[in-house]
Formats: sequence, C-alpha cells, structure tokens
Amino acid sequence: MSDRRNLFNKVWDLHTVRTLPNQQTQLFIGLHLIHEVTSPQAYEILRDRGLKVAYRERTIATVDHIVPTADQSRPFKDLLAEQMMSAIEKNCDEFGVTLLDLKDGRQGIVHVVGPEQGLTQPGMTIVCGDSHTSTHGAFGSIAIGIGTSNVAQVLATQTMFLDRPKVRRIVVNGDLAPGVYAKDVILHIIQKLGVQGGVGYAYEYAGSTFDAMSMEERMTVCNMSIEGGARCGYINPDEKTVEYLCGRPYSPQGDEFEAATEWWLSLASGDDAEFDDEVVFNASDIEPTVTWGITPAQSVGISQPLPILSECPVGERVLLGEALEFMGLAEGQPVMGTRIDVAFIGSCTNGRISDLREAARIAAGHKVAPNVKAIVVPGSQLVREQAMAEGLHKIFEAAGFEWRGAGCSMCLAMNPDKLQGREVCASSSNRNFKGRQGSPTGRTLLMSPAMVAAAAIEGKVVDIREFGCVTA
Amino acid sequence: MSTKIKSVSGTGIPLLLDDIDTDRIIPARYLRCVTFEGLGEFAFEDDRQQDPNHPFDKAEYKGSSVLIAGRNFGCGSSREHAPQSLMRWGIKAIVAESFAEIFFGNCSSLGIVAVRATREDLQTLGAAIESNPTTQLKVDLESLTVTAGDISVSVEMADSARDALVTGEWDYLGQLLSAADQVTAHAATIPYLNGFTK
Ligand code: SF4
Repeated sequence: MSDRRNLFNKVWDLHTVRTLPNQQTQLFIGLHLIHEVTSPQAYEILRDRGLKVAYRERTIATVDHIVPTADQSRPFKDLLAEQMMSAIEKNCDEFGVTLLDLKDGRQGIVHVVGPEQGLTQPGMTIVCGDSHTSTHGAFGSIAIGIGTSNVAQVLATQTMFLDRPKVRRIVVNGDLAPGVYAKDVILHIIQKLGVQGGVGYAYEYAGSTFDAMSMEERMTVCNMSIEGGARCGYINPDEKTVEYLCGRPYSPQGDEFEAATEWWLSLASGDDAEFDDEVVFNASDIEPTVTWGITPAQSVGISQPLPILSECPVGERVLLGEALEFMGLAEGQPVMGTRIDVAFIGSCTNGRISDLREAARIAAGHKVAPNVKAIVVPGSQLVREQAMAEGLHKIFEAAGFEWRGAGCSMCLAMNPDKLQGREVCASSSNRNFKGRQGSPTGRTLLMSPAMVAAAAIEGKVVDIREFGCVTA
Repeated sequence: MSTKIKSVSGTGIPLLLDDIDTDRIIPARYLRCVTFEGLGEFAFEDDRQQDPNHPFDKAEYKGSSVLIAGRNFGCGSSREHAPQSLMRWGIKAIVAESFAEIFFGNCSSLGIVAVRATREDLQTLGAAIESNPTTQLKVDLESLTVTAGDISVSVEMADSARDALVTGEWDYLGQLLSAADQVTAHAATIPYLNGFTK
C-alpha cells in the first residue's frame, strides 16, 4: 500500500522522539540556525544551568538584524548593537558554535545563508529564533520560528515540544502573467485567506505555478507563510531542489549525494496524499499586488481600488479604518499613484540574486526620482559578490540607488537604516506593521522588487506591466 | 518542576483590538539588548506615544495582571521580548479571541496564562473593567472560566499548555533534558545524520 502521508507528516513522524500523554511531540531538530537578537538570553539560560550545546554540528550562527549596511567598522557606532555583536561572538566561541560573522565571507540574513550554504535540506526539521524560518520550507523541510526559551531548549537538547498542526494544501495552477512574481502570489494568498487564516496549519504549496518556480521564488513564497498565520509552509522537493543543492558547501557530496537525492524525492507528498484542508487558486487571477495597510493581508491588485468601508463586513471596519487613517489613504482610491519617499530592495523575502537581477533590469537606463531615497541591500555577502561580478551594482548606482552591505537593513528598525517621520516606503520586505521600518509613524507598501524599482524611478506606485520593460 | 499555576487573580486592562503584532507590543529598537530586564516599561511604547489615552498609560490600570485582547494577538515576529515585556509590565494572564502561534508558545514557556474567549464575552469583560477598573478578575485554569465581579465566562486553552501550567510542568527544558538518552537513540535513526544509510 502506498504511503498516503503528506510530506509534513512523514518528516514529523521521522523526528518524533516521543509523544507526551498530552499529545505534544518531543521533536528532534535537524538544523538550528542562530542570530544575534534572539540568542543572548538563551545562552544565558544555558550558562545559568551549567548546560552545554548538545549538537554543536547541527547549530550554526550568523549576524544580520543589527548589522549596519553602510559603515561596518568596529566597534559599531551604536553601542547596544556592538554589545549584541560581542555577545554572540563570545557565546559562540565559548559554546563551540560556528559563527559566520562579518569577517567571514558567508555572512548574511540567516534565511538567505542557510539555503545558500546547503545547510537547508529536504526532510529536515529546522528551527531558528525568527519567524521567517518558514523560508526554508521551500526545500521540503519543516521549518518553524521559535522564541528564545525554545532556542535555549534546542541548544541544550536538540529537541522541543510542539503540537502537531493540521496540513492545508494550497494549490495554485497556471502560468503567471508577465510582471507577476512569486511575491504577488503569496500576497494574493494572504489577502484571500487573511493574516490568521493559517493558524493551526502547516501549508503545503502545490500545483503547476509552484512547480514552475525557481528555488529562490519558492523561498519568497514560503517566507511569508507566517504572515498568513501559518507557522510553516513548504514545497515538495523535486529535480530543481536537488539541482540547487548539488555542490553547495554543506550538501552531501559524492555517493552520499546520490543516496540523499533518492531519500529527498521519496518524501514528497504522493498524488493520493491526505490533507486536512485544501484551497485552490488560479495563477491567471493574480496581478501585481501591493499592500496599502498595516497588515500583510491589507493588499489590492494594482488595478483595484482600496476598500470602501461601508461595503466591508462590519467586524472588519474598525481595523480597516485604523489602517486607512494611519496610512493617510482614502477609502476607494486607487493604490496606483501613491507617492513614495523611500524605496527598499532587500530582506529575506526578496534579497536574493534573482531579485536583484530583476530589479536591475527595471532600473537600467533610468534615474531614481529626485525626491526618493532608494537603497539596495543584498541578502548575503555572497549575493553581493555575485551581483557585483555581474555588474548589477553599477546599474543600480548609475540609476541613483545606494548599494549596501548585506543585512536585514530597513526590513526592521534595529540598525541605522530607518524611515523618518511619516515617510512612505515601497519595500520588497514582508511586514507593513506600524513602526516596522523604524519610524513609529512611517508607512510601508509591500510589493515585488521589480515594482519597488519602478516606484523608485517614478516616485510613486506604478503598474510594472505598464512600465514598459516587462518581458513576456 | 516549576510553580503550579492554577489561576491568576488581579485587576484587568482592556485592549480590545485585532491583529496586534509583536512590533507594536515591543518596537524593534528595544530588541537591541542582551537581557530581557527593563523591557516592561517599553510595552506598547509607540502606540502609547501616538495615543494619549492608551490603556497602558492610564493610572487606573497600573498594576493590572489580566490583559483583555482581541483576535490574532501577538502576530508577527517570534521575539520573546514581546511576552517578556508584557510579563515585566505585570501581565500574568491574557484573555483574547485568538493568539498567533509562536506568541502562544512563548507565553507557555514563560508561564503566562493565555486563554481564548468569545468576542462577546471579551466585550463584556472589557466593559466591566472600564466601568470599574478595581474589579477583581480571576482566570481559573481548572474550571476554565474568567470571573469579574458577578460575571463569569468560559474560556478555552489547548490541553497541553493548560496541563503544563496546572501541573507545574511548564519548565520544558527540564523535561526535555530528562529524555536525553532517548534523543541520542532517536538521532541514530535519522537518515541525514547517518550518511543517508538508514
Ligand atoms: S530580513 Fe527582515 S524578516 Fe528577514 S530575518 Fe531580517 S528582519 Fe527578519
């Protein structure tokens, strides 16, 4: 009889150390990624209790959130950031954990670095003290964000307790129209299912639209699963997954790679796999999508107007009204034409080489609008190096974009890159929460990197399909 | 074994808004720290600056231990700084329509009681607190009720989290450590830890 378990349940079962009487699972963790923000207190817990890191070779750290992307000389000007940097250096050194720091050419946003190094592999359980750990699900792994107490638990035992979620298959079929990207697909899904639609579920993304995506596009989709309330999302491993992993530093090598490939592909959910729920979308219904509000579900297709409150469900009106007021937008107006002050291309959602290539293609031969500050921040040092080898930085600089070092930058407000006052930012990141980009009153419009590049040039939100450089 | 938490009693503070994300509970700039100490005073810092009537600034709610919140409370980032700042502000229990999962997990690890109630009941509780901020609330995990004066509403909580609090077994680290041998044995069965030969 064939195995009707979906990938999620196969991988979960494989990592189940024991099930407690209350049905919680003690789950073995295959890869633990660490960064400077959520780890210092966890190491402190270990120190207090006299514990060691149980599986050092399954644990790897990098620095991303607080890293300045312009002047990286030490000590950092921000003394608190310097203190956090020293803390992770000291902790990793003392506990014997590998740290890919600024001096190491492999540093970058943790969710860019894991896949890039071949650390992220199908069939693994992966955790990190960071909600966007869901990114790693693109490889067919169970990848979940955890809190600092959990970080301490995983450091000390390589396990943690979890309740098994249900699994919802989200099917998208069909070709994406020119100018429509992976970012638009996930924004569309979140818009339709809501920011808490995924609570209690793991998402399996399936269908021809995802099959056709590159690994980097799949990462963009899985990255934002958490924005839809799902703690993790994944895509079944296929030939593209295998090809991506071949030859990466931490990938299995030689005969072991052959054996690994066979096992990885065997994990994929079969045609008759069972799911707790299923939702189906058509790729042809998705247009370039932009958020206009303060949650990632408050978005519209670029040709659509903002909602009209009296037409919305009564229970939603308070939140929608609050969002419109905060954003300084009027109900029913088009999102197209909204003026922007800042353009940010980067983050773990869209800071990979394919994102930079696409943004550069749009920017080539144009100039950033005079009133706009535009920055491009590669997701890792290796992405930066690759982009420079291809001359992308020259295209960006000629167009008036600033070319930065790798880090989280303006995705959130923990380093010098921040919005000022009520600035409006076209951003390729993943969160448009109030205050997210560093100014309590700053405003964020999420969109694909190509749309950000076009907005930077026009000084306002435009439809990439009318921008004149969409290739079919 | 940690302290058994069977109930939380104290006054309440209403914040009946939906989709309150962790960036609002504790803005990212306060994450530049290596301990959680002192985070209590920055809970909802940005919201408070923009709203002079924010409940976390009102004298009558000082010292409250039960937070009444809306739907999808604590969505967004995994930062434990968020429940830590609420806890250090004084919150011991949160009654909300629903919680984001990582936030809920973090509360469990910290021994913060996080229970769900219906919208209607939350509004009733909120109104009772607003009309008399000295109203004593009791969140009872054994009967799964919240009482406020003569009001009593029923609440829900995942069995696993509730059992852990009631039996004092929410020190998950201790429990995980106790299975160390089982973990080692299990690791030997996982293909990628064994050259894909299993
Ligand atoms: S880029 Fe943004 S979302 Fe991604 S890890 Fe950094 S701060 Fe978090």
